[in-house]
Amino acid sequence: MFAYYFELALRSLKRSRGLTLLMVLAIGFGVAASMTTYSVFRAVSGDPIPWKSSKLFVPQIDMWGPKARDPNGEPPDAMDYTDAMALMRAHRARYQSAMYQISPSVVPADASKHPINVSGHAVFSEFFPMVDVPFKYGAGWTADDDTQRSAVVVISSKLNDKLFGGENSVGRTLDIEGKDYRVVGVTDHWNPQPRFFDVVNTGGFTDGAEDVFLPFNRAIDVGMPNNGNTNCNEVPKESGFVGLQHSSCVWMAYMVQLDDAAAVQAYREYLDGYARDQQKAGRFGWAPNNRLRDVPAWLDAEHVVPSDTKVSLLVALGLLVVCLVNTAGLLLAKFLRRSSEIGVRRALGAQRSAIYAQFLTEAAIVGLAGGVLGLLLTGVGVASVGWVMPKDIASLARLDVSLLAITLLVAVVATMLAGLYPTFRASRVQPAWQLKSN
Amino acid sequence: MKLHPMIAALRRHKAGVVLIALQIALTLAIVCNAVFIIGQRIERVNRPTGLVEDNLMLVTQSWVGAPSGDQPGDVEKLDSLLQADLAALRAMPDVESVVPINSLPLLNSSWTGSVALKPGSDLRAGNARSVYYFGDEHLLKTLGLKLVAGRGFTAADVRNRGFRDSGTPAVIIVTKALADKLYPKGDALGKAIYLDGGSSPSTIIGEVERLQAPSTGSWVNGFLWNATIEPFRLNANFSRYAIRTRPGRLQAVMHAVPDVLYGVSRMRVLDDDSVKSFAQIRQEAYRSDVGMAILMGVVCLILLGVTAAGIVGLTSFWVGQRHRQIGVRRALGARKIDILHYFQMENLLISGAGALIGLGLAIGLNMLLMKHFEMDRLPVLYVLAGIVVVMALGQGAVFVPARRASNVPPVVATRSV
Repeated sequence: MFAYYFELALRSLKRSRGLTLLMVLAIGFGVAASMTTYSVFRAVSGDPIPWKSSKLFVPQIDMWGPKARDPNGEPPDAMDYTDAMALMRAHRARYQSAMYQISPSVVPADASKHPINVSGHAVFSEFFPMVDVPFKYGAGWTADDDTQRSAVVVISSKLNDKLFGGENSVGRTLDIEGKDYRVVGVTDHWNPQPRFFDVVNTGGFTDGAEDVFLPFNRAIDVGMPNNGNTNCNEVPKESGFVGLQHSSCVWMAYMVQLDDAAAVQAYREYLDGYARDQQKAGRFGWAPNNRLRDVPAWLDAEHVVPSDTKVSLLVALGLLVVCLVNTAGLLLAKFLRRSSEIGVRRALGAQRSAIYAQFLTEAAIVGLAGGVLGLLLTGVGVASVGWVMPKDIASLARLDVSLLAITLLVAVVATMLAGLYPTFRASRVQPAWQLKSN
Repeated sequence: MKLHPMIAALRRHKAGVVLIALQIALTLAIVCNAVFIIGQRIERVNRPTGLVEDNLMLVTQSWVGAPSGDQPGDVEKLDSLLQADLAALRAMPDVESVVPINSLPLLNSSWTGSVALKPGSDLRAGNARSVYYFGDEHLLKTLGLKLVAGRGFTAADVRNRGFRDSGTPAVIIVTKALADKLYPKGDALGKAIYLDGGSSPSTIIGEVERLQAPSTGSWVNGFLWNATIEPFRLNANFSRYAIRTRPGRLQAVMHAVPDVLYGVSRMRVLDDDSVKSFAQIRQEAYRSDVGMAILMGVVCLILLGVTAAGIVGLTSFWVGQRHRQIGVRRALGARKIDILHYFQMENLLISGAGALIGLGLAIGLNMLLMKHFEMDRLPVLYVLAGIVVVMALGQGAVFVPARRASNVPPVVATRSV
């Protein structure tokens, strides 16, 4: 029967080409606009480390007090040096790392080449197993390297290609800011977006790569300045980078791994206890006001998904709804125009369900054609988001199999939904009345 | 023309009428808000920064292995590196003037604080938040800022200080917006104010007409035009130089700058992003705004197109359905123009009803956007203009099928289909 309905539908669609084309265009544009904006939304609201994001937490400590809180009572979203080091020393989580963004210069061995700037982070050894950094060669450094302030470095495969021609460079040395560092590891194409471990300094998305990782203590010792945001609620009393470390200014990110609910609870208590101790010691003049959010909650709290992305998606979905209402109207016109045909079929004994099957098939075919057009347009749309969205975000939007499948599915299902009422009306056509009036 | 028979006729195909009205309502709601977004973005992109933007460029570079600034003498070493660069840049033939500066409007690298009329005010509770620009006596000339009161800096006013050191300048220049906020009577010139809750005064020696904050983010909206200029050369391991070139020589200078700086010292980093014209900075800063405006524009065009096509399609169907009735009316003496008017009037009724619903939806959507996405209130003018546009669109779309209807000959009445 389906083959028959299919043929009927094709015939009917051919009969009124203009109307069919109109519906296909409407569905195609509606679906393409929605899917293009959805692909961007999906890219920016995705979980950068799905297998582990519920175990990674960002602690926040209120070192500024009630006067500096925002209307929601949130403490600062970054850490000052004093508290970050206290948390590192206490070492209460499975893994933990304070970190700060750096942008040192690398001097190529070849003297004819100019120095280049690289970006990255100063981190502790536990950073690598904590966020599952993939390695092409070697590995991260050890806890001993942390304490001994070793001159070691982990570099990206991109930097490895540039400086060492892509060879295994583990054990070779790199001149960073005029000092030699031994390469211990090369990361393997690692560029998580959003940059969950340091949202504050990257704004979530960045087209900059993580070219180098240096031991935190080493970076502090050589006075490698932070390249990210510095927020102060009072002017530092001492000058220079050392003065920044002694101040209450916040400029560091901090992440911990807590494997189960009990560990999370214990860490919360530890943070509150720490804040109470600071209160007793007179450093904080207020009750503890800490936060401990896992990665998804943290990304949400930091509003990493740009509001423009959400507004675009909302408006595009509105466009899709209009296109569907439009299609419903046109299908209604099209189906009711064939009232006499329906009357004849019904008079010859066709069930209402047969009418449903026939007209829904027709709607589905329109949806499928619209979906195919929508696919093409979505392809064009995704390819051109670079024109209308910021570079770092546009580069994340991708056309993949799941997006293709969703596009087709949305087109067909939506059109069939739009066809439901017109089909219902068609199935209610009274055979006797139709036959008489002719 | 009487409306009564028309409404009676409309009742006979409720579903089609409701669908068209609904489509017009949704279209109106979305188009109003989308056009409002476009308008806002255009306004944002077109606001002047206060600079003379032609022939202006920026160089950002860093020195390799430069002193950290923490050891005694570090700052002076950094300052001599800076001075050497400045001398080389100022000696270039096509360069009119150069200023070492911490940032520029639209550069998205901000230094903010607050200024107050009294010493020791808490940083956040200061009278006015402000962005800071640091530069030497060439700042006003290089950026092309317009001085509206007082004087610019002289070489004697300018000092140098470490990037992370604190230090209060004896004299400052502020924007008129900040001056008026601090001294609403307009007598800010010569008055002393206190920066960042400090205890030593800084005297306002000049006011510039306008100077935008570096950031384009929404967090800076409250003090976008409040800028304080301090006469400091900031010394860090990196530096920025704003350069004004002779008219038409921008590209030549941009091309020549890297070699000139490498000529001073090779131990520095200059990469692809190091040398930028102000036009590039502007383009990058507003890229997402322009993009959003384009996206909303495309959505509006599709919406209006789809809606117009929908009206054409459904009206055509009705015309076909009523072929015979039209023939009867014509046979009974109705003129062509009467038939045309009938369909136009009918569309006016439907789209009028749709526009009324759309008015509510537009305001509702705007409230939703305001609540969740920092949107402003939609001015009524946009909605009214939107109503006019969708009504006109409806009239335009209905014209083709209505004309076809008016061409139905009276003889149709005598045929039994």
